[in-house]
Amino acid sequence: MKQNRTWAWIVFIVGAAYFIIPLVATVVFSLRMRRDYLSFDAYTSVLFDKQFHATFGYSLLISLFTVVVGLIVTVPAAYLVRLRLPQLRPFVEFVTLLPLIIPPIILVYGYIKMYNTSSVLPLTGTAIGTDILLILSYVALGLPYMYRAVDTGMRTIDVQTLTEAATIMGARQFTIITQIILPNIMIAVLSGAFLTFAIVIGEFTMASLLGRPSFGVYLQRIGISKSYEPAALAVISFAITWGAMGMIQLLSRFAPRTAVRNN
Amino acid sequence: MTDAFLKIEAITKSFKDNQVVKGVDLAFNKGEFVSLLGPSGCGKTTILRIIAGFERPTSGAIVVDGKDITDLPPNQRKIGMVFQAYALFPNMNVADNIGFGLKIAGAPRQERDARTEEMLKLIGLPGYGKRFPFELSGGQQQRVALARAIAPRPSMLLLDEPLSALDAKIRVSLREEIRAIQRELGITTVFVTHDQEEALSISDRIVVMNAGKVEQFGTPFEIYNKPQTRFAATFVGTLNTLDAKVVDAATKTVSIDGQTAAIPALPARAKTGDTVALTMRPEAVSLANGTTKDITLDGTVTEVAFLGAVIRLKVKLGENIVALDTFNDQRSPPPKYGEAVKVTLSGSDVLVLEA
Repeated sequence: MKQNRTWAWIVFIVGAAYFIIPLVATVVFSLRMRRDYLSFDAYTSVLFDKQFHATFGYSLLISLFTVVVGLIVTVPAAYLVRLRLPQLRPFVEFVTLLPLIIPPIILVYGYIKMYNTSSVLPLTGTAIGTDILLILSYVALGLPYMYRAVDTGMRTIDVQTLTEAATIMGARQFTIITQIILPNIMIAVLSGAFLTFAIVIGEFTMASLLGRPSFGVYLQRIGISKSYEPAALAVISFAITWGAMGMIQLLSRFAPRTAVRNN
Repeated sequence: MTDAFLKIEAITKSFKDNQVVKGVDLAFNKGEFVSLLGPSGCGKTTILRIIAGFERPTSGAIVVDGKDITDLPPNQRKIGMVFQAYALFPNMNVADNIGFGLKIAGAPRQERDARTEEMLKLIGLPGYGKRFPFELSGGQQQRVALARAIAPRPSMLLLDEPLSALDAKIRVSLREEIRAIQRELGITTVFVTHDQEEALSISDRIVVMNAGKVEQFGTPFEIYNKPQTRFAATFVGTLNTLDAKVVDAATKTVSIDGQTAAIPALPARAKTGDTVALTMRPEAVSLANGTTKDITLDGTVTEVAFLGAVIRLKVKLGENIVALDTFNDQRSPPPKYGEAVKVTLSGSDVLVLEA
């Protein structure tokens, strides 16, 4: 028993070191912009850069739209599959996993081919159109996380009985989804939303190939022209991602309790 | 039939090739408490769900107060329903749960609040409005579910095995409460259960169902004492079945393990030499302690089960074994295992069931 614990600790320490050492090295490197001193100069340089504000603001907005569109697509889809078309579930799960199998570069080339200026729907012809295409691309990219989170949330409640209970009292489908189902899976929905947000905020491939001024593109450009700022940006990106993950943990504490107490 | 509030007319329901409801015709009166009783898979819940509108019948019609509602969606039927799994909305407190139906119907806040208070008093939970479902016991949750179902003043109440998830003690007290509330409101109620004691104790009438068909529809007294089919007789209560041979069809005399008895209920078509199945309830049979009825049979005690107020004995007559219930009497102890006894019963208590 004691030997088992020792090995568990060794595995834990090796694993932790694998993740922590590069991170600590990046943090230390980002603080060495001023010779012989540790300083936040790299962070100051990045945070006061107008390009940082513009690209981060753009990616933030695109992320928010992605989350909203993603929810509008996945919540009713997962609800209807669970309630009315359970036989379609394996197919829908396969479709939602496709963005994990198909590389983003292939996806975005497909989109450009489908929606270029000579197509029926020339989304790439205008900046707004390309933004819409980027949001829809990100919705597809976040689908595996968003759909799975929503579907897992629906597994924790008795969707059919709650739907029937609300229906018999006169409620319509929209009311049931917005007032009964969604509030009861809100934690799962927010988990999916934060995961999608964390993925989208620093995404490079799609934004770059669609020529949009995103935070990921900015990160890449700074990376090839400066030395300390990219490290500072990497640490900031880590902090944003961890912040999103931390929010998931925090929100899970407020999950509605549905357990039935015994008499 | 013409006064019936709820009519179930020639309803059939098939799921692919499996026909689960086979031409059911029923009519319930206004304000009546009717139980659909039967084993799992007999079609009772499917009928309830067809009344609610959650299932479409393959054929037939549902008529409420003279209006055909077969094609009406469930949210327009104005029916209240209580589910086995409570189905309270976890994100809403008790008051919001109860007021949900009224809110959907567009009732003003003041009216909703007043009705919610009234409902909380009715179910004996005043002051519980701000609590959430997870803070309540199973029995309390089911009472809230009942209040939620009746708050919008539905035309009918459907109860889908609402007591199954509760423990025995709560089940008994809650079924009495449900019945009292139903009587007070005078609301037509359809109650689905597989528990015969539950159905017998609270129903005005019971529909005994088996394999998608109605076996018998009658009052608890009729169902228990005058079962019309073998299934109704065996499913509801305990029943003795004795194999007997007709020794003289003209005098309706049979032989039970070599002992003769006259059975008035012997059907006219029974011929001398036929084997018939005689049935009787355990409480119809007693020990012949000095007093005897029409039929007296000799046997040997093979089992004595002391159940408190009642003692259940099993007496071997030969090939047949008869169970009988006798009240506990502290002045006379029950017979012992292996003791020779005489059992007695009235010929009129014996039923000869159709196969």
